[in-house]
Amino acid sequence: MREWQREALKIAMPWLVIAVLLAVWEISCVVFDVPEIILPRPSKVFAVFVARFDILMAFGWDTLWTTLAGFLLAIAGGLLLGLAIGASPFVYSGLYPLLIAFNAVPKVAIVPILMIWVGIGALPAVITAFVISFFPIVVNVATGLATIEPEMRDVLRSLGATRYEILTKVGIPRAMPYLFASLKVAITLAFIGSVISETVGGNRGIGFLMLSASARNDAPTTFAGLFTIAIMGVLMYAVCALAEKRMTRWAFRGEIVA
Amino acid sequence: MTFVDLAGVSLTYRLGRETTLALADATMSIGKGEFVAVVGPSGCGKSTIMKLVTGLLPATGGEVRVSGQRVTGPIKGVGMAFQNPTLMPWRTTMANILLPMEVVEPHKRRFRRNRADYEAQAMKLLGTVGLADFAQKFPWQLSGGMQQRSNLCRALIHEPELLMLDEPFGALDAFTREELWGVMQALWLEKRFTAVLVTHDLREAVYLADTVYVMSRRPGRIVQSRKIDIPRPRTLATTFEPHFVEIVHELRDRIHQEHAA
Repeated sequence: MREWQREALKIAMPWLVIAVLLAVWEISCVVFDVPEIILPRPSKVFAVFVARFDILMAFGWDTLWTTLAGFLLAIAGGLLLGLAIGASPFVYSGLYPLLIAFNAVPKVAIVPILMIWVGIGALPAVITAFVISFFPIVVNVATGLATIEPEMRDVLRSLGATRYEILTKVGIPRAMPYLFASLKVAITLAFIGSVISETVGGNRGIGFLMLSASARNDAPTTFAGLFTIAIMGVLMYAVCALAEKRMTRWAFRGEIVA
Repeated sequence: MTFVDLAGVSLTYRLGRETTLALADATMSIGKGEFVAVVGPSGCGKSTIMKLVTGLLPATGGEVRVSGQRVTGPIKGVGMAFQNPTLMPWRTTMANILLPMEVVEPHKRRFRRNRADYEAQAMKLLGTVGLADFAQKFPWQLSGGMQQRSNLCRALIHEPELLMLDEPFGALDAFTREELWGVMQALWLEKRFTAVLVTHDLREAVYLADTVYVMSRRPGRIVQSRKIDIPRPRTLATTFEPHFVEIVHELRDRIHQEHAA
């Protein structure tokens, strides 16, 4: 194989795999005569996707903006708390156990409480997305700060740098790759959070759409909803990965030299 | 004139209930503009001396004085270079070297307005170590030797009165190392800062230093102080002269005694 062929194949691979998977799925459904209510054929799902494109878009938009709102809040909050935890041993020992405990609570359980507090609608979805994607950001930012080389710190201290200067000159730049790595995890978690909230108690969004479709035994629409979330998830992940490469080029060393 | 003065300095590390005496009764006085090397068996507390002099570690006993002032906390504006170059990968070589200017007074206040002047100054320093063409490269695009040169530049850019070197050439290959001895010596001859070099390379110590201190095994104490009376500038040829070799052997014997003890 020539070099350009290898490159082209590398780019085509994910699409090929998807195509093969869908083909196997389609053929299995026909061959084994699977009832549509259990597993609809991909072609049927696609047909529904096209037929209900407007409503999927509308509800998809609800899910997307609530997810992004929660995610952005999580970045802001996670960055601040992560910096505080990473920079101060006291904040660390005070808050870390609490954070772990909080993270261990199943997020489904807090949605009903949120509904009592703020009612039904977009707000519980935003809050759930925030709560679920907050933790990995905090942990990663704190880790980035805590792993500064002692020698680097010594160099700065012997120059007479203050704690604040050490934080801004080394701590924050060094925590950035950790932050962006965590964003890739956090964005997918944020989708889970908002969809959970919509499913448990919502009146908008893809989660709500899937729940009501499955209540009507409308499997193709449920699957169309699933695909919509998956596509949004991949797109947002790609945005985060791109931002990571852009913002922390130095952490990818070799790739730029080449 | 004494610039750095250690009087009966000791240091005990405490980890839980266990205490380790890392340094026992170190006494030395380093004159202003003197180049001092500290050698000794590994784990003898050589690096501890560096941390005590710069105030990064408080001494458990005795007294450390720098330019007459008793050291109680990190003293400001010291240049430091370690075996690990510790350059920041997100900054270019130029930006790395300018780091002390952003931290040390009075440069800190002027830095933003006079950035161009400071860059010119850094460029000049980079030129003297042969890195003029690499200012805009990132540290990870440089070889190990080049990184260590940049590290030296960063330690010296703010013209510190005191330069602390902790095995800065330890991780380099023999050719690069010997080349950097020359670079280091040239910088010192030009600026005449006070330097403390911690090393386990005896030839390096003799090549660079005015005085070599030999330390004992842990708990470290200073067992010998040897003036190096070889005229400067010293060259690689100097290291093969009988007198040079003789001093190296003398120091080596002293350290062997420590190992045997």
